[in-house]
Amino acid sequence: MNKTLTFNELQKECSKIIKNEKIRINICAGLGCVAKGSLELYDEFKKVLKEKNLDTSIDVLLKEEKKEGVNTIKTGCIGICEAGPVILITPGDILYLHVQNKHVREIIDKTILNNELVEEILPKNYDGAVCKNIKEVPFYAKQEKIVLRNCGQIDPTDIRDYIAHNGYTALYKSLFELSPEEVINIMIDSKLRGRGGGGFPTGLKWKFAAAEKDSKKYVVINADEGDPGAFMDRSVLEGDPHSVIEGAAIAAYAIGANEGYIYVRAEYPLAVERLQLAIQQAEKYNILGENIFGSNFSFHLKIKEGAGAFVCGEETALLASIEGFRGMPKPKPPFPAQKGLWGHPTIINNVETMACVAPIINNGADWFKKFGTPESPGTKTFALSGKLKNTGLVEIPFGVTLRELVFDIGGGIKDDGKFKAVQIGGPSGGCLTEEHLDMPIDYDSIKKAGAIVGSGGLVVLDDKTCMVETARFFMSFTQAESCGKCVPCREGTNRMLEILNRIVSGEGTLEDIDLLEEIGFVVKEGSLCGLGKTAPNPVLSTLKYFKEEYLAHIEEKTCPARQCKKLEYYYIDPDKCKGCTICAKQCPSRAIFGIPKEPFFISQERCVKCGICITVCPFGAIELK
Amino acid sequence: MDYITINNKNVPITGEEKNLLEVIKKVGIEIPTFCYHSELSVYGACRMCLVEDDKGNLMTACSTKPRPGMKINTHSAKVIKIRKTIIELLLANYHQDCTTCGKSGHCKLQSLANSLGVDKIRFKPRKEYEELDRSSLAIVRNPNKCILCGDCVRMCSEVQGIGALGFVHRGPKVSVAPALEKNIADVECVNCGQCVAVCPTGAIIVNDNTQDVWEALNNPEKVVIAQIAPAVRVSIGEEFGVPEGENSLYKSVAALKLMGFDKVFDTAFTADLTVVEETYEFLERLEKGERLPQFTSCCPGWVTYAEKNCPDLLPNLSSCKSPQQMFGSLAKKYYAKELGITPDKLVVVSIMPCTAKKFEAKREEFKTNGEYDVDFVLTTVELARMIKEMGINFNELEPESLDMPFGFFTGAGVIFASSGGVAEAALRLAAEKITGTTFDAIDFYDVRGLKGIKEAAITIGETTVKVAVVSGLGNAQKIIEKVRKNEVQYDLIEVMACPGGCVGGGGQPVPNDMETRKKRAEAIYKIDATMPLKKSQDNPAIVEIYRKWLDQPNSEKAHHALHTNYIHRKRISGMEISDETTENIKKLEVSICVGTNCYLKGSYDLMQKLIALAEEKNMTELLEFKGTFCMENCAHGPSVKIGIDNHKYGVQKDEAEVFFNDVIIPKIKSLNKTTSV
Repeated sequence: MNKTLTFNELQKECSKIIKNEKIRINICAGLGCVAKGSLELYDEFKKVLKEKNLDTSIDVLLKEEKKEGVNTIKTGCIGICEAGPVILITPGDILYLHVQNKHVREIIDKTILNNELVEEILPKNYDGAVCKNIKEVPFYAKQEKIVLRNCGQIDPTDIRDYIAHNGYTALYKSLFELSPEEVINIMIDSKLRGRGGGGFPTGLKWKFAAAEKDSKKYVVINADEGDPGAFMDRSVLEGDPHSVIEGAAIAAYAIGANEGYIYVRAEYPLAVERLQLAIQQAEKYNILGENIFGSNFSFHLKIKEGAGAFVCGEETALLASIEGFRGMPKPKPPFPAQKGLWGHPTIINNVETMACVAPIINNGADWFKKFGTPESPGTKTFALSGKLKNTGLVEIPFGVTLRELVFDIGGGIKDDGKFKAVQIGGPSGGCLTEEHLDMPIDYDSIKKAGAIVGSGGLVVLDDKTCMVETARFFMSFTQAESCGKCVPCREGTNRMLEILNRIVSGEGTLEDIDLLEEIGFVVKEGSLCGLGKTAPNPVLSTLKYFKEEYLAHIEEKTCPARQCKKLEYYYIDPDKCKGCTICAKQCPSRAIFGIPKEPFFISQERCVKCGICITVCPFGAIELK
Repeated sequence: MDYITINNKNVPITGEEKNLLEVIKKVGIEIPTFCYHSELSVYGACRMCLVEDDKGNLMTACSTKPRPGMKINTHSAKVIKIRKTIIELLLANYHQDCTTCGKSGHCKLQSLANSLGVDKIRFKPRKEYEELDRSSLAIVRNPNKCILCGDCVRMCSEVQGIGALGFVHRGPKVSVAPALEKNIADVECVNCGQCVAVCPTGAIIVNDNTQDVWEALNNPEKVVIAQIAPAVRVSIGEEFGVPEGENSLYKSVAALKLMGFDKVFDTAFTADLTVVEETYEFLERLEKGERLPQFTSCCPGWVTYAEKNCPDLLPNLSSCKSPQQMFGSLAKKYYAKELGITPDKLVVVSIMPCTAKKFEAKREEFKTNGEYDVDFVLTTVELARMIKEMGINFNELEPESLDMPFGFFTGAGVIFASSGGVAEAALRLAAEKITGTTFDAIDFYDVRGLKGIKEAAITIGETTVKVAVVSGLGNAQKIIEKVRKNEVQYDLIEVMACPGGCVGGGGQPVPNDMETRKKRAEAIYKIDATMPLKKSQDNPAIVEIYRKWLDQPNSEKAHHALHTNYIHRKRISGMEISDETTENIKKLEVSICVGTNCYLKGSYDLMQKLIALAEEKNMTELLEFKGTFCMENCAHGPSVKIGIDNHKYGVQKDEAEVFFNDVIIPKIKSLNKTTSV
């Protein structure tokens, strides 16, 4: 039998899943929804469907047509984590939020059997009207899914479902219809830029590696997602691992590599498990391994689990770690594309970048460029977190403004707070403020504003957030995660943290601001790798946009956001205090003094700021200042 | 010809230059570096050599290949700012006791702080100082002075192939440490001191024995004699501004006499003796065809390396003691008698280029009547320091001659100082023994030079002797692998632990780079060339020693005094792995997930309740509570794990007491069953 026919046959076989499937219930099994009970929800659906003889599965669908069958699957993240457990019913793209086991029978009776909606759990738009399908939901309305095209809609544990959804056609097309040069040219033409943070044109990277003459080359997927609060790559790996594997195989074909590694954090056990399974299944169908589809192209992909060092996201440190050495960056050049893993030409692309490859090959560079802006085409995933109404995983085309992202998709600030800033790009990024709200989100605009797109962590801050403390938090992260190799990063970040600690404790001086800027400059300009070069960003950008907050901490010894505990103090309003003595009796550090029936006062020296006095005062006489 | 522009000056480049540093040097500018050494891999960590191009890009000169047309500014405002701040940052975290530091005057950090004009430190000094690692007889590690340039780490692994030092921890806690953060004496270290040779600060220095020697010199009951190793004579002058390679032997003798040494001898004498013993041993093996190739054994770094790494090859090592130990043995066994004193009254001090000699001298097998054969070992630098301490004006000294009988040596004994010297000296004897004829002069140029691995096949009469000469233990490892696989056939292999041989020993003055070593080696061969006697067998004092004390080469007496044996040593020794069963009380670890989800479900309150219960039941001693990150059991949270068991319990906060009684207490009991308290 001709091997090339095998893929066609496989495709034909798998397409039965879609052809025979009448209804699919996608139950989000992303981390957020699992935490809220989505796995139990899945069991409940299966139980009730079986009871009613409505249950089907991919295995059954592949065999026979079962018209009334409902295919219930556990998917990757559907996105709106805030409202989990989330389910999505197709056809109709009906989205239900906060679904509990008690809703299962109602959903089956009404929606599945009678085409009616269960209003109670339907999403609502900002006017309070229910959204009958996912596109009406404001959270999703402005999103465009390329990377997350399958995420939340397929079974990530079954390669046949991926193939049924057009999977591996781009690899097949590359191997049989395109030369490696053509693949690279499409990638260059698409202007896809690396989604890991640097934004380097992916096609060019491939071109450099392809130009190197070496019999051994490597493709490495960077899945060492380490920014606090970022979970884009994790969601892709958990929700659609094959999209990443397909991209990597195409990259390998383009540059002439036949071995690859995916470097994934050991702290992502589910992602590792899904990847292992996906690789096994791909090998089973000869999509990975020797002589793929009979094309003479071979590609082996291995998983390397990272031990959790943030710096291993830096490409040279990552390579050192794969080689079994301590994860420490090396000076560039030589770039990995010239001399990478074990001295051989290596391309390193981030998970999201790899996930973009197959759609670009399938639909062409022009199609891709329809999304986004001319210089930043395509889409970008963001992990929205912080003080937002709707947090979760989103994918937006570049060019969407920050305002749209925060207020339309994110639903605005939680608890009707006031927007203050967003911290974008994690500990390597900077903050954007109100003045940037109407700025389009793309690589160059954000860079101009002093931040970076980064890998996609986006934390929204409200007026109750202290910017000095935010900068201090990120600095404490980077200084602890510095590999310690180069002096500016190791010593500089440590000293910047020391100064910030001083400032939030009310011990800062005006010279400290100059010193912060000065060391910030040295760390930024002088460091060896990206970690150090970007580490001062949170400090420098908050200094730029929120200098008055720093000054308030230093000159007035107050924290305008009332967040820095060491700067707050308790105060008894003598007009309100009746001298009842309750607070003095309750005070654990005996810091409250006074004569009964006359106003009491608090000794700031003795006060440990536990706040008990405020809670016990029957007259509301005690304030936190 | 291609050019690049350095500070507005055109500099021709050949394309051969390794990096910008080399080109910049051509203009007469020395860019400061801490972590660049031409023998080691490019590291790029200290950032001192940053330079700026015309586009404002910064690059490290050590790692950048010169490209034609580059325009480089070596001292732009930006670059100077960064360099000064780096020094300031380093100093802030540095134990600044410069005046009392053993490296003072030779410290790169000190001199750069001075020359870059760093006049203030705006940061708080570090609060805590780590303990010094004084476990080794050869070196002292002071982590408080480590600037983490990694030079020692790369030297030890890349050149020496040992890797006794590595980086540990992250962020501000990063430090250089031996495996498992043990003491350096308890790991693979062979005491070669090459880490000392590259350390730019006082973080790794030679273990100082000058005080011991002063005490001996000031003790009227002791007779103190010195032996000076061959390599010292061509390097000690560097400490006094004498150009590298000048022979300062006789000025050193004068200095030692001024310091109060009773006799001053030359280790080159016992080097001659080693040649005789080792060559007879070699010729016997060659004849019988056994235990070949024969490895030399005069380098203590190599001997320790072999004992730790090549137990299979120990029979192949020459059983000869090193020249230092032969000297000590003769001194304590015979010379003391001649002086009419007991060995404990005689103090033998060696002046060595080497740190491993300090370790060798304290090996238990090298004792006579319970006294160490060699009492103290001073490095070249230590001797120089003592001379300075005495206020001796070294350059003004009138040369003095060595004492007899151990002061007479031949060229063969002197060339021990350089890689290839031992092999050449042995060949000079072997050639005559094999052919039975006497040669005027025999030089074996193939084994000379600083190349790490040298090979020669030397035909003597009808015999061809295949010789390999290696210096640097990394190179030794390569040859050993080939020997083990039978890929090569050698009869004699000379191994010196330090690249270039003893002239580059860890106790030599800094700079101790390959350039300096080359000049020292050249000077050694120059001395050899001018020697009237060039073959050990022609040394009349050696002939006399055999006649008087040792009968003949390889005799029983000679074996007793001049030979030794080797044992297989563990690479990592020292601390025992802690045996948990010896503890009376075992703590049960209770981990409570405080990841977001469990936290929201009240895991923190649960933890507080459990802690309160432990206190209430007086069980805090038996329990250790830990908050952990997400256990990925969110649906069933708050999650709790107990001990090493991987089972995750889902415990609601109102179930705390039931959980404590029903799960935790039985676990504590079963854990402490065997050692119930």
